[in-house]
Amino acid sequence: MDKKVYERPVIIKQYSGLMNKFGGTTDQTPIKDIDGVSVKQLVEDFGSPLFVMSEDKIRANQRKMLRIFKTRYPKVQFAWSYKTNYLDSVCSVFHQEGSWAEVVSEFEYDKARKLGVPGEKIIFNGPEKSSSALIKAIKENAKIHIDHFDELYQIIEITESLNLKANVAIRVNMDVGIYPKWDRFGFNYENGEAEAALRRIVVNDKLNLIGLHTHIGTYIMSAEPYRLAAVKIVELFNKLIDEYDITLEYIDMGGGLPSNNTLKGQYLEADQILPSYEQFADAVTSPLFDTKLSGDKMPLLILESGRALIDDAGYLISEVIGNKRLADGRRAVILNAGVNLLFTSFWFKHKIVPAQDTGGFTENSSVYGPLCMNIDCLREEIVLPALKRKDHVVILNTGAYSVTQWMQFITMRPKVVMIMQDKTVELIRDSENLEYITSPEKLPEKLKEFSL
Amino acid sequence: MRKYKISSNLAISENGFLFYPLTGESFTVNQMGVQILNLLKKEEKPEQIISAIIDEYDTDHATAERDLGEFLTQLKNYKLVNEL
Ligand SMILES: Cc1ncc(COP(=O)(O)O)c(C=O)c1O
Repeated sequence: MDKKVYERPVIIKQYSGLMNKFGGTTDQTPIKDIDGVSVKQLVEDFGSPLFVMSEDKIRANQRKMLRIFKTRYPKVQFAWSYKTNYLDSVCSVFHQEGSWAEVVSEFEYDKARKLGVPGEKIIFNGPEKSSSALIKAIKENAKIHIDHFDELYQIIEITESLNLKANVAIRVNMDVGIYPKWDRFGFNYENGEAEAALRRIVVNDKLNLIGLHTHIGTYIMSAEPYRLAAVKIVELFNKLIDEYDITLEYIDMGGGLPSNNTLKGQYLEADQILPSYEQFADAVTSPLFDTKLSGDKMPLLILESGRALIDDAGYLISEVIGNKRLADGRRAVILNAGVNLLFTSFWFKHKIVPAQDTGGFTENSSVYGPLCMNIDCLREEIVLPALKRKDHVVILNTGAYSVTQWMQFITMRPKVVMIMQDKTVELIRDSENLEYITSPEKLPEKLKEFSL
Repeated sequence: MRKYKISSNLAISENGFLFYPLTGESFTVNQMGVQILNLLKKEEKPEQIISAIIDEYDTDHATAERDLGEFLTQLKNYKLVNEL
């Protein structure tokens, strides 16, 4: 006869007057498979921790977002924000879906080129562009978004000394009523800096001014700032027509749309408080109909959405190393994945869901990673059923800024797989090993020997 | 493992609700916890409780022993049992 499923005994004190976080709203349904592939099998084949990306979800997200914007504005182009997740396979899925590349460093630029993205379909953003990167980008007709005056002069110098012509836009920052204000990037709108930069550019015949760019921040929680930003960008756009007879090709409204992750300070779950993408799209697109152009002449709308397109296409599978009872009685669960792999857990309350059946009894728990560091806490408080050593959990919404911001610290970075649309599983990044990590190191001859 | 005696007037409901009239405190316990409390009421020793658990459930001695130990410590901290 089969024995019953064991669940460790749990007792929780009830506090009258206070609501116990007991049962509560946490979804206790285990996640036993991802896109039809069993978590157990994934762990057997690839080990844990394991990052899992879903090809299907990435494509679906991109198609849905494109549809949302295209049903509101006729000319829309997405550019994949490389820093959000620049694994070759992930970028390639986006490029197959028609997205250009949005890069912020020479490394990212080279990565996009190596994948086969033509220079003119690369948007080169960011405050640091080396001369070598700029020369390459100018020669390859990339769209260079100028961040500050020194960079503008650097570009002028290059174009003059090498007799090249550069395709440029400026990044504009502005007050759209949100905090923090991202005014350290680009030229300010309100104080006239943006117009001054544009004036400087339009008189230079080596600079081909093709667009205006803004990116108001990341994980923006309301739609109105986008509308305000678009209104101001359209004002600049129209001024260029009126005063200089210059018609730009595009308006790039950046990224910043939120994903379904919940911020640490937020009480309600993200999906209960965030506007829909349709509402964001309304805010972005409606002011664009006020440019002095119509029909075919209307500017292309470029979007650099990152987290909104990838976060829920990424999963992190982790294994329970052990359980502990903390001094104050709280339960602590220790996982083999910590803040080293999930940098984003400093800001977000990632959902952590068991990967196997558990008893229905839940308890308020803290979830820690494997590092020997106090900061290694994935969730200070989460309602979880009793988990035992070697159980697995699936950490949700980990597709954005995880495999780019992860750290090689104390442990090594694990494998990343992609579940393909045909349900096959491809290894898209191998785990690191000692050799990989030590290969750039040089050990001086005289340090090579010791006797202990 | 030491032997424990459960406080005599602790009320345990079928569905895991505990009420301790002496202090007016209440607790919730999962099914395994209820089973253990009922065995404690019958004055079973920890070793007997562990055997009962591994007979009936899919677990090993080490796990059952560790979890029982931790559970008993909690019960003791809540003053629901006394060490004998
Ligand atoms: C210039 C630029 N574009 C796009 C993005 C992508 O942002 P998000 O992931 O918030 O959509 C970023 C990230 O902050 C950025 O700096």
